[in-house]
Parts: sequence; C-alpha cells; structure tokens
Amino acid sequence: MLLRHTTDEVLERTSLTINPAKTCQPVGAMYAALGLHNCLPHSHGSQGCCSYHRSALTKHYKEPVMAATSSFTEGASVFGGQANLLQAITTIFTLYNPDVIAVHTTCLSETIGDDLVQIIAKAVAEGKVPEGKHVIHASTPSYQGSHVTGFSNMAKALVTYFADPEAAKSKQITLMPGWVEPSDMRELKNLAARLGVEVTLYPDTSDVLDTPHTGKHEFYPKGGATVEQIKASGGSLAAIGMGPSASQAALEALQSKCGVPGTLLELPIGLQATDRFIDTLRTLAGVEVPQSITDERGRLLDVISDMHQYLHGKRVAIFGDPDQLVSLVEFLNLLDMKPVYIVTGTPTPQFETRIQTALGGNVPEAKIKAGLQADMYLLHQWIKQESVDLLIGNTYGKYIARDEDIPFIRHGFPILDRVGHSYFPSVGYAGAMRLLEKILGAFMDRQDRDAPEERFELTM
Amino acid sequence: MADILRERERQVYRKGDLQPFQLDCEKQSAAGSVSQRACVFCGSRVVLYPIADALHIVHGPIGCASYTWDIRGALSSGPELHRLSFSTDLQEMDVVQGGEKKLYAGLCELIDAHQPKAAFVYATCIVGVIGDDVEAVCKRVSLEKGIPVLPVHSEGFKGTKKDGYRAACDALLKLVGTGSPEGITPHSINILGDFNLAGETWMIRDYYKRMGVEVVSCITGDGRVDEIRRAHGAALNVVQCSGSMTHLAKQLEEKYGTPFIRVSYFGVEDMSKSLYDVARHFKDKEMMKRTQAMVREELERLMPQLADYKRALTGKRAAIYVGGAFKAFSLVAALRHLGMTTVMVGSQTGNKDDYEQLRELCDEGTIIADDSNPLELSSFLEEKDVDVFIGGVKERPIAYKLGIGFCDHNHERKEALAGFEGMLNFAREVYSSVMSPVWRLTPRRRGSNLEVVK
Repeated sequence: MLLRHTTDEVLERTSLTINPAKTCQPVGAMYAALGLHNCLPHSHGSQGCCSYHRSALTKHYKEPVMAATSSFTEGASVFGGQANLLQAITTIFTLYNPDVIAVHTTCLSETIGDDLVQIIAKAVAEGKVPEGKHVIHASTPSYQGSHVTGFSNMAKALVTYFADPEAAKSKQITLMPGWVEPSDMRELKNLAARLGVEVTLYPDTSDVLDTPHTGKHEFYPKGGATVEQIKASGGSLAAIGMGPSASQAALEALQSKCGVPGTLLELPIGLQATDRFIDTLRTLAGVEVPQSITDERGRLLDVISDMHQYLHGKRVAIFGDPDQLVSLVEFLNLLDMKPVYIVTGTPTPQFETRIQTALGGNVPEAKIKAGLQADMYLLHQWIKQESVDLLIGNTYGKYIARDEDIPFIRHGFPILDRVGHSYFPSVGYAGAMRLLEKILGAFMDRQDRDAPEERFELTM
Repeated sequence: MADILRERERQVYRKGDLQPFQLDCEKQSAAGSVSQRACVFCGSRVVLYPIADALHIVHGPIGCASYTWDIRGALSSGPELHRLSFSTDLQEMDVVQGGEKKLYAGLCELIDAHQPKAAFVYATCIVGVIGDDVEAVCKRVSLEKGIPVLPVHSEGFKGTKKDGYRAACDALLKLVGTGSPEGITPHSINILGDFNLAGETWMIRDYYKRMGVEVVSCITGDGRVDEIRRAHGAALNVVQCSGSMTHLAKQLEEKYGTPFIRVSYFGVEDMSKSLYDVARHFKDKEMMKRTQAMVREELERLMPQLADYKRALTGKRAAIYVGGAFKAFSLVAALRHLGMTTVMVGSQTGNKDDYEQLRELCDEGTIIADDSNPLELSSFLEEKDVDVFIGGVKERPIAYKLGIGFCDHNHERKEALAGFEGMLNFAREVYSSVMSPVWRLTPRRRGSNLEVVK
C-alpha cells in the first residue's frame, strides 16, 4: 500500500498541502510560450525552476523542451535580477536567435520586486533587442493560483504585447484554446477548417510538442502561432475563449485592446460542450455545419446509446484543472454516470457553481473542492470513506487507483507514464468518442478481470 | 546555431588539442543559457529523499514540492512516507507576513499524524528572501515532539546542485551520533552515496554481507533514521557518488575519526575493485578470500552473458552527459568493457580534478564539456556520429530526435545498473537501444552500417 499513510478520517488541516493537485504558475507560462513560433521561454529566477519545468514538460510530451534561465545567484537575490536578465537577453539573441523571448517570473524574482516592464524597456533602449525581435513578459508568482494561472497570464501577455488594434478587419475568428494538448489544438483547427471558418489559434503547441521524427533536433519546431498572426488577430471578426481559468483573461484583453467581441465557452470536451463550440463558430462565421461533422456527432451518440447500460450510476472521482473538470463532469453526467468527488488544487472563482451547472442537479451528494488543501490526500480520504467505480486524473492518481483497486483513466497534466495524449484529442466529437472508449474499456477490463469463471462473458 | 558561446569556449575541450589542458568549471552558468543544470534545492532533495521513515516537508510555494514528488525511483523495503509530497504551499499573504506559523502548524499536524522518526524541512528560494527563521521553528518542534527536526538550507539561488548536496550532508551530520553504536562489529561500514535506484543498494548490501562486512547504515538508499543515528559506530565509510557525499565522509572523519574510501559500483572493474578495497581495508585474510571467491563466482556467471553484447557493440560510439563527473569515469570504463568508445563526455558539476581524470581516461579526439546545453550536445552527437547517448530526462528526447540510442543513467533508470548484475542490465539496455530496428527507418542511419529497409 503505497499510500498506507493516508488516514480514513478526514483530519482538519490548516496549513499544508499533501500530494498536490496542482503545480506552480511558471510551468504554465512556459507551456503557453512554447505555443508561439520561434519563441524561447525564459525563466527569470533560479536555475532549478527552469530545469524542473523543462523536465516536467519533457516527461509529459517525450519531446525536447527548450527554455533559458536568468540563473539567479545570491547576488541577484540581494541586488535584484536586472543584470541577469539583461545579460540573458544578449546571450539568447546571440546564441539562440529566437523571434521572441517570453520571460516569466518566479516566486523569487517577484518577491525581490524585479520590475520586468522597466528591465525590458532598458534592454530595448540599450539596443539589446535586435530589430524585428521581441521580449515579452508575464508576471507569474508561484505563490498565487497554479500552473493554469501561469498559462492564462502568458496567453494574456501574447495579446497585450502583440495584438494590433489597427490590424485590418478580417473574417477570421480567433480561438484561444486554453491549456489543452497539442492534439486538441490540432483538432480545434481541423474542426474549424471542416466548417470552412478561417481561424487563428493561440497559444498553439501543435507541431511544437508533438513533432515528427526528422532526424534533426529542431531547436524551434515548425509549429506555434506567429507574431504576425497574433498581431492580425486584433482585426478578427470575433474571438472564442475556451475555459475561463485559462482563456478569459486573454479574451477580455483582446476585446478591450482591439474591440474584438469575445465569447467565452467551457472547453469543448464532451458532446454538449462540443455542440456549443460548433454552434458558436457556425453562428459567428455564418456557415453551415457540414454533413461530416453532423455524422461524427451521430456516431458518438450511437456509441453512447449502444453502451449506455454499462455506464448507469457509476461513481466517479475526478481531479485536475478546473476548465477540464467542468466539461468532463458535464460529459460524465450526460453518460448517466455520477461524478461524486471533484477536486482541483487551482483556486477557481465560481468553481462549485460551474460544476453544479454541469451536474444539472443529478448528483446532490457530489463533494466539490478547489484551492488550498484541495489535494489528492483529501480526495483519497473521501474515496476511503466511500469508494468509486472510476478515477480520472493525471498520473499521480495511480497511487490511489492501485491502493484502492479502482479502474483509472489518465487525463490532464502531467501524464508521466502513458503516451497518446499528445496525439489523440479529447476535444470535439472525436475526442469525446475516445474518452468514451477509454471509460468503457476500463469498466469492461475490470468486469473481465473480476468475473467468476461461470459469469465470464464473451459478448459485452 | 551550433556555435559555442564565447564565454563557454574554455568549458569545452577536445583531447589532442594543442593548448595545455585547462577546462573552466565550477562556474555559474551564463544567464540566458539553456543549461541542463538544476538548483541547490534539487541537490538536497535528491540526496535526502530516500530516507523512507522521515518526513520530508518542502517549505515554499507548491511547485518545488510538486516537481519532486516521488521524483526518484529510490526503493524502500519498509515505510513509504518519503513518496508522499508535503508542502506548506505558501500563498501571497504568507510571503508578506512570513511562513513560520504555517510551517510550525504543518510540522505539528504531520508529526502527530504520521509519527515519523525525523523530519527534514527544505527551505526554498522564497524562504531565504522573506527571512523565515526555519532553524528556530525546527528547534521548537523538535523539543515539543521529541524527534529530530532538521532544517535543510537549500534555497535554490544559493549556488548549484553541489551546494545542495552539502546542505543535505550538513543536515545528516546532525543526525549521525545521536544513536548508540553498541553492538556494531569491527568489520562494519556505512554505504554512502547509493540511493537504491531500482534496488541497487540491496544488491550492494548483499555483496558486503557475503564478504562478512556489517552494513550499519545506507546513506541514503532505503535509508532509516535510526540507522543513520548510529552511523558513527561504523569502522569505515564507503563513498560512492563522491560529488554528493564526500563532504559528509570528511566531516565524519574529522568528528569521529572514521576513515573513508571512494568507490564506484558501476562496471565490472570498478565494482570488483571497490569490494577488494573494502576487504583490503579490514586486513582480514579470510574476508579477502571470501571476496575473491564471490567476485569470481559473479564474473563466471556474468562474462559469458556479456560476450554476446560485446560482439554486437564493439566499435560503437557513446556520448555521456551526467550530473556528477565521478559517474562518468565508471561509464567510460564500462563502455570500454563492451568494446565501445566514448567520444564525448560531460557533466553538469564536475571539478578540475574530475576533468583531468576524464582526459586521462579518454581516447584522442574525445570532447570533454562542462555545463553543456542542448544546442552543443546535439552538435557534438552529430559531429561524432554517436550510437548511444547516456544521460538523464532532458537529454533523452534530444538523442531520439537525432535517431540515436539512449540509456538513462539518472533518476529514471528502470533497471539496476550497479553491481555485477547491473553491468548485464546496462549492456542489455545499451544493446537494445543501439540495435533497435527503429533507427533503420530514421534519416540518420538510412544507408549506413545498419541494414536498409527497402
């Protein structure tokens, strides 16, 4: 029992997080910055931060992840990190030649009070930023919010630094996908293309963190939204932000800076959320939904109806990032399952309301917790008190799944022990189909494993 | 793009270069470089983490705890408390008002709930800046709860990973000597610097047992607080991973007069030599005979199995980039044992002596690099037409993207690589990666020494 130290009784905790269901802001900012073409993320802090974030992303994507660091020393912590950042900017443009350096802060540089706006202005004034190149920044103190907040802050920075209010008006629609996988970003672009809608999507990590084998290590892979595209997004017909936690800030920034009308949706995971996404795109762009998409939806519905008797009343514990959870819970509810425990370490305004809306009053017993002490230790304690039929969450769920012998589906960040998330989307109808397949597979594998010989079924 | 930053010119050397050998090392990475290095906290955390019946609490914002949650496959034969992640999860208000209260309350709650044998409190960057008196909190909790509560001064910015090792050793020093050495036999040792990755400490422990040597404590693989408390009773400290543990060994020598020797458990020659060195230290003829018999037995079993791998791997080229340089010595020798040549070798934190020793070990033309980065590493791998790259988590995908085999000799190793059995595992891992048919389909090897798939 790996988690033998978890008590059944939920003891009141005042000051600790045990087995966190979140991590810190900078890694989210790094991930978002990787969704910009020819961009080198830069961590303004100690060397370890950058190293941990690169390792975390590399373990999740099995891809090289490039990012630089200000390599803070004792001196920097006393005198401020300005000298380090100025040196770093010179080093990076000389050696790595990106189009953009996307700086994010850390708890250290925030606490000592480095003023990034001033330092970047100084770098520009001193000619350290070559013509046509950019240094942007997002403030990402690790003691606020979570990795999702960091993603949101960097996504917003892309807008505030680049989106051009003077950009030519176009029929193009801007999509802000939130923290989803490269596969999801690819799928969102595909869906838009099939609808015949011209879109710009950013941040866009497809073709950055899911690159094909070419025999070369591309320091800057071919993917990522370009600065030009983001500039032009200032003239978009409309923008859709997916997931309030990760996309609302950027969406609102685009609206206030460039007057682009924004629509905020939940992440298009599951049937209904995808319906809303497709419908919003259709309405905004004034297009017809092609038969191929209608058919895809129909196939999803068909599988749900074929298999619904395996899903009824199944109790699910689910943890991860708030935007992901809201849409997943809505989908599970549609599937006639009961998401009973829902935990996110990310402090999220309105989280309980959003989840209750997604549940539609069907699971009054649901326990929902976000923010401080909403960790996997608590989730495990709930499960010990009354178990569940399925656990959904990132790789860290495997300890609970093993100890409590619960079927487990990996979803979210990080996934350290399986592949697939980079390649198969969970958004859209195709994504919902994949989720459903995984859920059914988990239940049926369990039934096969546990069935007594005489009840072992051939046809399911 | 593959230029070496001017400031780094002196941190890269090619054996055979005309200028006298003088590699710059032990210096700060240039700000802005994509260094593969980590921080002080990382060093402390990886060293102390395997102590399984202690509480490890990370004092800081959540990230430092998240990224090091069960980070290392350091196995425990008993408690698993070390595999949980405890953090004070400092928030903005804590940064303003200080985190001492939170730390105190957290420690008390956890010690009451889990009854650990000791607690380690890791100070992270921010704690150093906001000025929490971690020392005082630890002292107070220790008095109240009656267990050692040890501050680890591991603020990330206060140096490199090496300084983190040192902070960890300092914390351990406070534990050693607090237990009774009664009953410890004269032929006794502490195993320092093995972390029981994939069960390696267990194998090494077994060798010593067969030699007739008592192992008092393992620091820190499968570590236990009570064993470490009586570690001063051992007659000899046997130090592997000298980068992390030499400081502790030296301190123990100074304080308790315990001599130490440096060993390496990687590769056949180094493994055998280590055991002989220990036997020689005790000047016991019978022990030496037992050791010789054991080594002979192990080698007789191992050598025929290695021969097949050696046949296939002879002439292949390897590159090494590891954390500490000491490991690289053994790897060069182990690869040579498999008929392979090391054409590039580097480390994050080697010192002058390390690099001098590497230069002596390596063949002409070998690239030696300190604190390298992905750009350099890729260009070295391509230039030297490498067949296998040996490194850690951030190096793996670079090798694969280039179409080069890889062996993780760091935290993520899946098989024990130490000891005699470990040599076989190592050979198998290198072989399976170098000879994988996937490389026949990749651009780099198409049409070269492997059969081309039509």
